[in-house]
Amino acid sequence: MREMSESPTLPEAFPRMMRPMRGRLVAGVAQGAAAQLRLDPVVLRLAFVLLSVLDGLGLLAYAALWMFTPREAHEGPAPGRDWGQVTAYAVLGMALTAFGWLTGASTGGVGTWSIAVGGIGTLILWQQAEPGRRQRWMTDAVRQVRRSWVRTAIGLLLVVVGAIGFLAAQGQLADARPGLVFTAVVVGGLVLIAAPWLTALWKELQKERRERIRQEERAEMAAHVHDSVLHTLTLIQRNAQDPFEVTRLARSQERELRNWLYQPKADADASMAAAVRRVAAEIEDEHGIPIEIVCVGDCELEDNLRAMLQAVRQAMVNAAKYAGAPVISVYAEVEADEVTLFVRDRGKGFIIDDVPEDRMGISQSIIGRMERHGGSARIKTAPGEGTEVMLTMRREKS
Amino acid sequence: MVKVLIVDDHRLFRSGVRAELGPRIEVIGEAEDVESAVSAIAELKPDVVLLDVHMPGGGGQEVLRRVLGAGAPVRFLALSVSDAAEDVIGVIRGGARGYVTKTISGTELTDAIVRVSEGDAVFSPRLAGFVLDAFSSTEAPSIDPELDSLTTREREVLRLIARGYAYKEIAKELFISVKTVETHVSSVLRKLQLSNRHELSRWATARRLV
Repeated sequence: MREMSESPTLPEAFPRMMRPMRGRLVAGVAQGAAAQLRLDPVVLRLAFVLLSVLDGLGLLAYAALWMFTPREAHEGPAPGRDWGQVTAYAVLGMALTAFGWLTGASTGGVGTWSIAVGGIGTLILWQQAEPGRRQRWMTDAVRQVRRSWVRTAIGLLLVVVGAIGFLAAQGQLADARPGLVFTAVVVGGLVLIAAPWLTALWKELQKERRERIRQEERAEMAAHVHDSVLHTLTLIQRNAQDPFEVTRLARSQERELRNWLYQPKADADASMAAAVRRVAAEIEDEHGIPIEIVCVGDCELEDNLRAMLQAVRQAMVNAAKYAGAPVISVYAEVEADEVTLFVRDRGKGFIIDDVPEDRMGISQSIIGRMERHGGSARIKTAPGEGTEVMLTMRREKS
Repeated sequence: MVKVLIVDDHRLFRSGVRAELGPRIEVIGEAEDVESAVSAIAELKPDVVLLDVHMPGGGGQEVLRRVLGAGAPVRFLALSVSDAAEDVIGVIRGGARGYVTKTISGTELTDAIVRVSEGDAVFSPRLAGFVLDAFSSTEAPSIDPELDSLTTREREVLRLIARGYAYKEIAKELFISVKTVETHVSSVLRKLQLSNRHELSRWATARRLV
């Protein structure tokens, strides 16, 4: 505020035309002139293009202004040009030149007016499309040129040049001219008219497709929640007087939901980690004790690993039945040459030598089974210190 | 006494945790979303923040970013029901000193809070499993061998955590002191936070997509 009071506003001198750096397409001449004349730069750019088509006057004027107009001071790196727009003007200029050449309109006369009208029509259509979409068309066009479109364009160009060359060689080019002009005008006009609407239609279709996919996903989610979660909640309300059953239901639903959300969709009959989870789930349901599972790595289920699963199941059953611990931890690690499984509880523990020989659980189902299939089992336990069963099996395909 | 702030969007869960925590812990406040968490941390200056991973307004990672980004001297322990590797690895790399699941017992949670307040790291069995998996499955050549791989000892400690062992039990099993176990875990945490970021995040995401 202070600055303003110190420097009284002087009547502004007539501003000098400058060429701005920001927003320029070629050298900023059209933009500078537009600012001077308080016009949209688009109007002046079109004027330059049209004048260039008519005997190159526009080019000359542009070059002269470029030389005599100073560049506006600009700090920092020079801003990039909007190549999309540059291309658009270049294409427009070339199309008009070609049109002029074909009709002989550029030499003046009534044909000149058709060029002007066509140019204005194109401008209107172009302006009608919203700016964001126009921007997208342009950037898409620029980007796609670098891809397979280059090849297509070169191919087209070669075909056209070939055809024209053939006609010229036959001396029939002059005869073909009216037909070519007619076709070019009709096709060009149709493309110009239909392009914005076709693009809009295509966008709309894409949007609808995305919407449909989303709805299908939502329906699948709802079906899943209904089949599992809502069902379980109903069961829990019915069994409210039975704490064991409520815990079991809640735990089993939690496990199911977690698997659905977080676990890779693996086939429980094919993958070791999935099979361990399945076995643990069965024990949890049977005995109502939570089993925490951590798996590192995974592999295909081989025959000796199936035997190992039987052994680990027995270890879990023992822990669930006899340990009296609130939770059982299971850790499975698949390495390149072997698979290791640990089943641990912080329960009562026992003295191994006190277990009678005829108790099949440990000696046969766990140790015996592992050894028969080329693996080993170790049991670490002491009264009051819980129990840990360690199973190791070499992988067949290592 | 360790001053604790509980950040979770479930009121029932907050009061449950409050009731379960032992006498060594003083709960000085609660917050229910990212905004209130950030302002409560600035105002109450807790020693440890119990941070939920999923919350309205960006979740625990957003709180970590805003508070640790401003350089506040506070430690975070993430607490979540989520099993997704992305979430677990995400909050640890965001700067949390540990990750435990909400099924943890009150005594264990109290221990974990005290441990975090002393500057140590707390790993749940599941987090240990993720770390073992992540560090063994990255196939890309390591850029910094010291940061991108675990030592044999660190691997042993993580394996025991994954097997459900407490720090004291690990110390006994490996014939080392509890302090040494803590040093190993802290070193793994450092590696997890600093190592070859791109690889680890990609692993966590890929694991979910398989």
